[in-house]
Amino acid sequence: MTKKPGFFGRFYIAFILFFLYAPIFVLIVFSFNSTRSRSVWSGFSLDWYRQLFSNSAILDAFYTTIAIALLSAIIATAAGTFAAVGFHHTRRKFRTPLMQVNNIPMMNADIVTGVSLCLLFVALGSALRFRLGFGTLLIAHITFNIPYVILCIMPKLRQLDRNLVDAACDLGCTWMQAFRKVILPEIRPGIINGLIIAFTLSIDDFVISYFTAGGNVMTLPMQIFAMTRRRVSPEINALSSILFMSVLTLLIILNVREIKHEDKMKKRADNLKEVN
Amino acid sequence: MKPKHFTIPYIGWMAVFVVTPIILIFVYAFTTAAGEFTLANFARIAAFRSVFVNSFRLALIATLICIVIGYPVAYILSREVMRVQRLIIMLVMLPLWMNFLLRTYAWMSILENTGLLNRFLAFVGLPTLRIINTQVAVVIGMVYNFLPFMILPIYSVIMKIDKSLLESARDLGAPPLAVFSKVVFPLSLPGVLSGMTMVFVPAVSTFVITQLLGGGMVILLGDLIEMQFLGAAFNPHVGSAVALVMMFIVIVFMYVMNKFGGGEERAVGL
Amino acid sequence: MKKVIVSIAVLCVVLVAILVGCGPRGEVVYVHNWGEFIDMDVLDMFYEEYGIRVIYSTFESNERLYSLMQTGGATIDVIIPSDYMIARMVEEDMLYELNLSNIPNVRYIDPRFRSLAFDPDNRFSVAYKVGTVGLIYNSAMITEPITSWGAMFDPQFAGQIVMFDNPRDAFGIALLYLGYSMNTTDEAEIRRAFDLLVQQREILQAYVMDQIFEKMISGEAWIGAYYSPDFLTMLADNPDLRLVHPVEGANFFVDAMAIPRGAPNRSNAEKFINFMSRTDIALMNMSWSYYASANYMAAAIFSEQLTQVERDVVFTTDEVYARTEVFAHLPEHILELYNDLWIELRS
Repeated sequence: MTKKPGFFGRFYIAFILFFLYAPIFVLIVFSFNSTRSRSVWSGFSLDWYRQLFSNSAILDAFYTTIAIALLSAIIATAAGTFAAVGFHHTRRKFRTPLMQVNNIPMMNADIVTGVSLCLLFVALGSALRFRLGFGTLLIAHITFNIPYVILCIMPKLRQLDRNLVDAACDLGCTWMQAFRKVILPEIRPGIINGLIIAFTLSIDDFVISYFTAGGNVMTLPMQIFAMTRRRVSPEINALSSILFMSVLTLLIILNVREIKHEDKMKKRADNLKEVN
Repeated sequence: MKPKHFTIPYIGWMAVFVVTPIILIFVYAFTTAAGEFTLANFARIAAFRSVFVNSFRLALIATLICIVIGYPVAYILSREVMRVQRLIIMLVMLPLWMNFLLRTYAWMSILENTGLLNRFLAFVGLPTLRIINTQVAVVIGMVYNFLPFMILPIYSVIMKIDKSLLESARDLGAPPLAVFSKVVFPLSLPGVLSGMTMVFVPAVSTFVITQLLGGGMVILLGDLIEMQFLGAAFNPHVGSAVALVMMFIVIVFMYVMNKFGGGEERAVGL
Repeated sequence: MKKVIVSIAVLCVVLVAILVGCGPRGEVVYVHNWGEFIDMDVLDMFYEEYGIRVIYSTFESNERLYSLMQTGGATIDVIIPSDYMIARMVEEDMLYELNLSNIPNVRYIDPRFRSLAFDPDNRFSVAYKVGTVGLIYNSAMITEPITSWGAMFDPQFAGQIVMFDNPRDAFGIALLYLGYSMNTTDEAEIRRAFDLLVQQREILQAYVMDQIFEKMISGEAWIGAYYSPDFLTMLADNPDLRLVHPVEGANFFVDAMAIPRGAPNRSNAEKFINFMSRTDIALMNMSWSYYASANYMAAAIFSEQLTQVERDVVFTTDEVYARTEVFAHLPEHILELYNDLWIELRS
């Protein structure tokens, strides 16, 4: 193994992390500010946290965001799983061009996806008599989520031993049963990964939502953007701090558990060695 | 129902929600408001040359800075013990969990004329800086937002490099610098390439960063498109033409990048 | 194969159901208003009285509102654009006619703001708020009093000036400073204004709309043009700020409520417009935003509660009023010129 990074290497990493965290630190600190100012400190208060829970615009946007993220992640994961299994069994000649089309929303700039979907929804809307809103927002999110889900599942399918499915079928399973009993459990990690990625992407998306939500429905990022065009209310700092802290806690718990688990495994391995 | 039929609903979905919208962009770009064929929308783009030049220049600068800053992070990281690696990777990804608009907005508080940085500089007796609402601020915003997308792919590719390659290079007497420049760096290029596309495409088309940190003084392609769909100069036909030309240039750019990097990719066996 | 067809059919049905069937239950009205323009408590009061939920959203400039409506697809029942934009929307057939018998409170609207050029027969709009555009500066930074729009173009304030982020207001100021009408249709005059704006770009800090509140209050910017009533909101947080109506004149605006064509809840929209025209509601909105209401009863009551300085800002003095000009709707080719020049200026 190469030698460990020295002092300068560690210092450099610390500096980069400082760069990444400086604005977050600023946001969190000023969520406790007693005035509206976002750069002049004038005293500690919890007012913004208190007011957050009575700000209907922010709370509505928060619920919309969660609803869209949950629905789109679940639907996209279900659809993406089927599509991935289908792609996996499609002949290469057809698969390659289909995968290329599938990749378009991932490769394209968000603004082009957003603007083009906007044109589509408006055209369809005038024909089918619907308006931009929650529905179009949901469809847009599903559309950009599915390719990521497929991306997560395809490698798992490739690792899957084809003989397993054949064996199941030989033993009298219908194809659907084989799918449920053999394929699904094998690709489950990929599905869960896809679900998480879809949920995250959906929560954080601003650009595509901005063009496909119409004027009335607002997700949290859209609400934040609208606020930056006016006067940002520190309530939004408060909400983000809460979200950030919850994610941080969750990750720390997961990490600690994993490390503990590893230690245990290591000890067990050592014990085994000693026994031998 | 055979498994390959599973794709049929999704093919239908893609036809409606992926392919048709792109076709619509083409249609809009080549027609007038009255629906007649025209090339005038593209002719008008000529007036926006400076926006195209600026967008690609700033996005390239931001991408290069991301490589210069991000590569050492990934490299140093790859030599840490596993536990530290995992912790730092988590720390690099964690900011992505806070909305990027807010993080960018926080930079405003830092960079403003009367912001935290300038007050700090004045406090220690240094001259203050005019950063906000300039191209520098926009590039800072891009680097800040997209740096994790450069670090992560480079890191994962470096981690996949076969350690025995490095050992044999050393055994054959290569000095550390040569091991890096002749073995590690060439093998990590695919990571750099995928990092480049992950930084460049969102950077060239952003309108959020420019509006927050550029104060409307730096207009990029994203602003130009946004302006003509939902902004102050309504004309979706010209907007579509701009989007189309941008898409075309980005595709050419990525194609060239992939050609350039294709050989390396095979070498690592990805 | 049958199953495939069935599954596609189910998918389609679900999709259409999502698209068509989604939306809040019960009576609603979609209101699209300027930012920082209303006391939000008013919306709850409307719900309590009429049982109609207000779905409220904001726009930041007339041009953006126009884009949103043209791009289409948005659900909007009530909009509150300015005079010239109403005229444009009337001409482009984008508004429903109002049934004034459903809006009895129009009788409280000041006759001065009825039957104006943008809607001579009051068929499409009910005036809501009126006001002027003024020049706001920070007297702690700029000690000499300012009297002319020239200050907005003065290199000695380089880096400290903020300008309107919409074409009509921005060009308007340049045209005034050059001594032209804000409604000129002379292309040469507009191009001269454009040249001036290009020069100004070099010394500008930023193009802003409502971001100006923070910038002026914190001292980040020293000088900028904005809607006069908002000055009082800023003054409350920074007593160093001053407002002037430059000698070259200024814009006088009338923002009016209208119902866009295709509005799904037309009768609720009329109820809302009537509600907003009521004296107590107009008074609440006025106290919150400082924008003078078009309701003369509310205006009279509010005037009593103000200091002389505030009154002169909220209710334009005759002396200033004489210098103002209302934006007119411009012919198509001039609008296109504005569009092109605006993008060119910004790029």
